[in-house]
Amino acid sequence: MTGGKMQEPLLTVRDLIVEFPTRRGTLRALDQVSFDIAPGEVLGMVGESGAGKSLTGAAIIGLLEPPGRIAGGEIRLRGERIDNLPPEAMRRIRGRRIGMVFQDPLTSLNPLYTVAQQLIQTIRTHMDVSESEARKRAVGLLDRVGIPAAARRIDDYPHHFSGGMRQRVVIALALAAEPELVIADEPTTALDVSVQAQIIDVLKEICAERGASVMLITHDMGVIAETADRVAVLYAGRVAEIGPVRDVIQHARHPYTAGLMGAIPTLEQDSDRLVQIPGAMPRLNAIPTGCAFNPRCAHVFDRCRAERPILQRAAPNHHVACWLTEEGSA
Amino acid sequence: MTPLVQVDGLTRRFDISKPWLNRVLERESRQFLTANADVSFEIKKGETFALVGESGSGKSTIAKMIVGLLAPSEGRIHFDGQEMDFASGANMRALRRRFQMIFQDPFASLNPRWRVRDIVAEPIVTFGLLQGADVAREVDRLLEVVGLSAADAAKFPHEFSGGQRQRIAIARALSSKPEFIVCDEPTSALDVSVQAQILNLMRDLQDEFGLTYLLISHDLSVVRHMANRIGVLYLGRLVEVADAKRLFLEPQHPYTRMLLDAVPDLALSGRRRKPVLGEIPNPIDPPSGCAFHPRCPLAQDICKADTPQPSVTPTGQAACHFAGKIGEVA
Repeated sequence: MTGGKMQEPLLTVRDLIVEFPTRRGTLRALDQVSFDIAPGEVLGMVGESGAGKSLTGAAIIGLLEPPGRIAGGEIRLRGERIDNLPPEAMRRIRGRRIGMVFQDPLTSLNPLYTVAQQLIQTIRTHMDVSESEARKRAVGLLDRVGIPAAARRIDDYPHHFSGGMRQRVVIALALAAEPELVIADEPTTALDVSVQAQIIDVLKEICAERGASVMLITHDMGVIAETADRVAVLYAGRVAEIGPVRDVIQHARHPYTAGLMGAIPTLEQDSDRLVQIPGAMPRLNAIPTGCAFNPRCAHVFDRCRAERPILQRAAPNHHVACWLTEEGSA
Repeated sequence: MTPLVQVDGLTRRFDISKPWLNRVLERESRQFLTANADVSFEIKKGETFALVGESGSGKSTIAKMIVGLLAPSEGRIHFDGQEMDFASGANMRALRRRFQMIFQDPFASLNPRWRVRDIVAEPIVTFGLLQGADVAREVDRLLEVVGLSAADAAKFPHEFSGGQRQRIAIARALSSKPEFIVCDEPTSALDVSVQAQILNLMRDLQDEFGLTYLLISHDLSVVRHMANRIGVLYLGRLVEVADAKRLFLEPQHPYTRMLLDAVPDLALSGRRRKPVLGEIPNPIDPPSGCAFHPRCPLAQDICKADTPQPSVTPTGQAACHFAGKIGEVA
């Protein structure tokens, strides 16, 4: 779908469907989501709450909360299917080949163990190294993510660290086994702006250094703008638009992306009113037929209500799920 | 003209000492956390004054003191020329009708067991503004003013989305016909497209009813979009107050400048975001002198020794020994 690239993608997600069976019928939370991540690439995933961003990440690492389940499609890591692996095999991939950074650093670290214990255990679970070698690596990692006096602070407990420092520890933990892909789910949402910039920089640098790809899940377009190479915009569990960051931000083709961009107040421009998308994202049990965005769209026409638009190429590497794209007007 | 709200030397300390027995046994003295120190500003009628700062900077404590939910340790607040007397119930009650508050989390600020009708009518009933059928008519009118329908009055809060709930909270705030509304992070729990709806609504209401706002937010873009004047807080102290547009063009305090540099560049103008040094220190044990000196690129010996007092700058006021000179040094 990304086409034209000689390089084989690191991660391929094709027509991924995630469903939640409930007493009142099955809810489809992800509906035919497709995208690739190239080696070394940072793919941003944006969308509003309930769009399915975090669920996509959870599906990839096999951590869907039951009763949620993958009901269709496939996920491939370097060409090998990982969506149907037995739990034991998936456990070996998780942490080793795919690292994770979650939103709240306080819940992703175990408060009862020192940082050293957690890092060393992670390293030794995935790599065949001695205790002292693992410790040396752990100190190196902490140093790399910018923890001052790493050799001393490694024996501290998570509560000794501030929010920003804890998130650095989590990044060190995610990268401990040198994964090929890091899934970062809202890594800076719990942090202040001044610390946010530091964390994004660390994450970006260290992944680039190790050649790890990043899937960056966030609701913050600003973070995506300065971090990601490409961005996928999710709406109601579907990919609305996917393309290079600059194209998507400056020439959004999907009316939802355009509305979203206009809705964000920025420091650079002066406007009296923000662009306003009427209504709210539909609930999962009431997704409209045709295009999920059609009741809120200013450009809606008959076809949008009847037929669901598929992702189509609008520009090189830039795909949009909107019937307007086909008409050639963007 | 007297300002609508005038705050002089507002200070609030919280006693965070250990229990009495522990203090005796461990020979420890009482400990205080200074949430706000010597904060002075004024808000003119009809303007939007914003307070920005990172977590722990004392934004919400100021809001609570201004609406009378928390008594200041020191300092005075005048509302429309009248001093707020926290000891006098009658005085506070008379003033309270004239100001209202909108809180951050519309899931927590609305009683889930009450119907929308009762939530919105509460201030009308409490202050005895209307009787009988007039109350219901007024509730219907208010709901339409904030973009809901009269039929919503019979529903419960859980039937609404986050954005709609915030509209209910705004309708409730408007029901006592206040002159002044304190908005504490009114949109930080909302998605950007919904945030735009609420910010636009707040502006429309301001124009329609001549409201004065105190807007509290950590989001500089939101603040710039909404405010006429901005106060920047750092560790409980007001470090800079300036006209909104000029604050962003000519920051006078190094902390303001650092905050601005940390905002992600959504316009992709090529402005490089400068990661900020360090983190907010622990407010229990703030640094000596200027609280910002350990993170400040311009810090000199005087900054460690003396707390800078606010001085007049071309754009407003700033509490920095080098106010107005940061352009020359950096």
